[in-house]
Amino acid sequence: MTAVTDRQKLQYIAAKAADSRVNVELETEGMILNMGPQHPATHGTLRIVAKLDGEQVVAAEPIAGYMHRGYEKLTEVRTYPQITALVNRIDWLGSFANEVPFILASEQLMGIEAPPRAQWIRTLLFEMSRVANLILFLGDMGVQLGAVTPAFFAFRDREFVLDQIEAVTGGRFHPNFDRIGGLKDDLPKGWLAETKNVMNKVRSFCDQIEGLLMNAEVFATRTRGIGVIPADVAMQYGLSGANARASGIDWDLRRDAPFGFVYPELDWKVWTHPDGDSFARFWVRLQEVRESTKMIDQICDGVPGGPIMAKVPRIIKVPAGEAYVTTENPLGEMGFYIVSKGELAPFRVKIRSASFNNVSITPWLLRGVYVPDIITILASLYFILGDIDR
Amino acid sequence: MIQAVLHPMFGLELAYWQETIIRVLLGLVALLLLTGGAVYLYLFKFVSFMQSRLGPMEAGPYGSMQLLAEVGKWLQKEDIFTEDSDKFIFGIAPAVVLASTFLMFVVIPAGPSAVVADLGTGIYFVLAMSSLSVIGILMAGWASANKYALMGALRAGGQLIAYELPLVLAVLGVVISAGSLNLQDIVAAQSDGAIFGWTGIGNPYILTQIVGFGIFLIAVQAELTQTPFDMPIAESELVAGYQVEYTGIRFLVYFIAEFATAVAFAAVASTLFLGGWQLPGAWGLSDGAMNVIGPLMISTKAVLLVGVVFWVRFSLPRFREDQLQKLAWKVLIPLALANIVVTGVMKVVF
Repeated sequence: MTAVTDRQKLQYIAAKAADSRVNVELETEGMILNMGPQHPATHGTLRIVAKLDGEQVVAAEPIAGYMHRGYEKLTEVRTYPQITALVNRIDWLGSFANEVPFILASEQLMGIEAPPRAQWIRTLLFEMSRVANLILFLGDMGVQLGAVTPAFFAFRDREFVLDQIEAVTGGRFHPNFDRIGGLKDDLPKGWLAETKNVMNKVRSFCDQIEGLLMNAEVFATRTRGIGVIPADVAMQYGLSGANARASGIDWDLRRDAPFGFVYPELDWKVWTHPDGDSFARFWVRLQEVRESTKMIDQICDGVPGGPIMAKVPRIIKVPAGEAYVTTENPLGEMGFYIVSKGELAPFRVKIRSASFNNVSITPWLLRGVYVPDIITILASLYFILGDIDR
Repeated sequence: MIQAVLHPMFGLELAYWQETIIRVLLGLVALLLLTGGAVYLYLFKFVSFMQSRLGPMEAGPYGSMQLLAEVGKWLQKEDIFTEDSDKFIFGIAPAVVLASTFLMFVVIPAGPSAVVADLGTGIYFVLAMSSLSVIGILMAGWASANKYALMGALRAGGQLIAYELPLVLAVLGVVISAGSLNLQDIVAAQSDGAIFGWTGIGNPYILTQIVGFGIFLIAVQAELTQTPFDMPIAESELVAGYQVEYTGIRFLVYFIAEFATAVAFAAVASTLFLGGWQLPGAWGLSDGAMNVIGPLMISTKAVLLVGVVFWVRFSLPRFREDQLQKLAWKVLIPLALANIVVTGVMKVVF
């Protein structure tokens, strides 16, 4: 008799098992859907591993780290002026805003304050990077929900804002413009008037998005009541920025801790929404863009004259000590914790980036939703991979 | 038509099979030309205009040869079969989808005798053939051995079957009004009709069957899996749904099938609701003249209706799977049934 191989034995057992199973009952089993790291909806390299029952998510887990660039460690071998070039690349859509908290923390350690003109222009560029960033969100939300046209409008109108940023700083994406004690350069001639023109364009873009996307019936059915975050849960997970404000938490560091900025001198409003769903997050960001354009107009009118640099030593050595400064960045609260031992480079830098906390809520939020809603929720939470992985 | 043209000119007497081959080839060419035209006009240019960009400009004047360039690109690409896929089913699935499209086009009349096959049950045949495509899509999704493809195919299956119903029910109103399933009869009923005794433009059924027309267009949008009903291919979540593993010529076949189906459905809609190949008011032209003018008439109407499909597609976000089913079962089907009842009553009253 020929020898029975292990493979044949296994096939026999499997066939028997399959036969017996048919007679008992049909079993259903879950499916594990791996979204990312390469997936159109994760705009970057976030990976979501979702366990599905049919189209319903049983459990979902975000896996970050595919784009980790080690900026916290890199800062330890860079001098302070060099670090702004690194932190530019954290939230790459609103680059200038990343530099500001780092510079403010360094200034705090050195006991320097930027002159008023520098503070005004800093606030101006900070808000412009917010506009450039959130415009893209407004268009991208449409793409994620299937409407392609708003994205083209977003890219078209963001270009005007980027042109203005480039005119001042020389860089569209990575300005590297903020300096300890002030700014690198002054504004070019005629720039303020042109900026006000651009803000008019941004406002009409907001109206367009409101008509095309937000008032569309389909958009409301896809976003209303999807991914509801109650205020207490939002606080537990450390959500910040528009995500927290959309849950009804009236908290904005621009108003509550405007250290180093000129926000108290401007007339503006913090928008909140009581619902906490995807629609609310979209709505709050739309209103924020409008508020920012108003602020930029006011700053353009009110920029004082004077120097743009305080007196700083030629070689910057930050005295020993610790400082933590947070600002209200486009994506939420961003903080730099700097420990200095009095050398050319910081001893340790800890970056608190908003997206990392904002995404950490996804396992809680995605439980029980349908697959299409994963996309809605991720789009409405609005993260940028550079901001998660640093 | 072919006999009428060829016999006096060349003294040719064609056999049945020869005439059939010529008819089929003419039908194919007409469908592909219309599809190419619609893709260039709407997908490339009209949409670019909507989205404030230029669209293709390099290939040919104003990018008019772009589609040929694209086809050339697709033909050159490697035809990839994934390792776990069911090779045979995976290979023939696009052909099934394409066949369903071409078969739909067979009975659509473009003139008194310019039709591939004048079936007595014309509209019934069109609707039956259009629902064949769901089989091709399910085959593609299952044979791809890909989770995204499978989910896309299952969504497509649910959606296409759900929207078959409002489609058929919307057509029923027209069939009741015309009293025939034959598309030529439906065209004749519209051109012979009268609006309160005024026979100026006949009585295109878009006037009396406006509800049915709306339901038909919505259901067509869903049958074509175009936004807002493009959940099966939802590129932001399922990447490309059931098409995700297809490359090269097989993807090209899906692409052609998608837009050719749009043209075919638009031609059906213009036949049912807009008077088909007939000129408004008929003008008393001879059959020979109408065999030339008719194709132009129905092409114009169909291409305009395809424009509506693309206009909606690039304006709206997409529905979720359950919301889409809800729309079909809770809104469109009751509305279509009510439309049938009202049409029946009106038919008896007038």
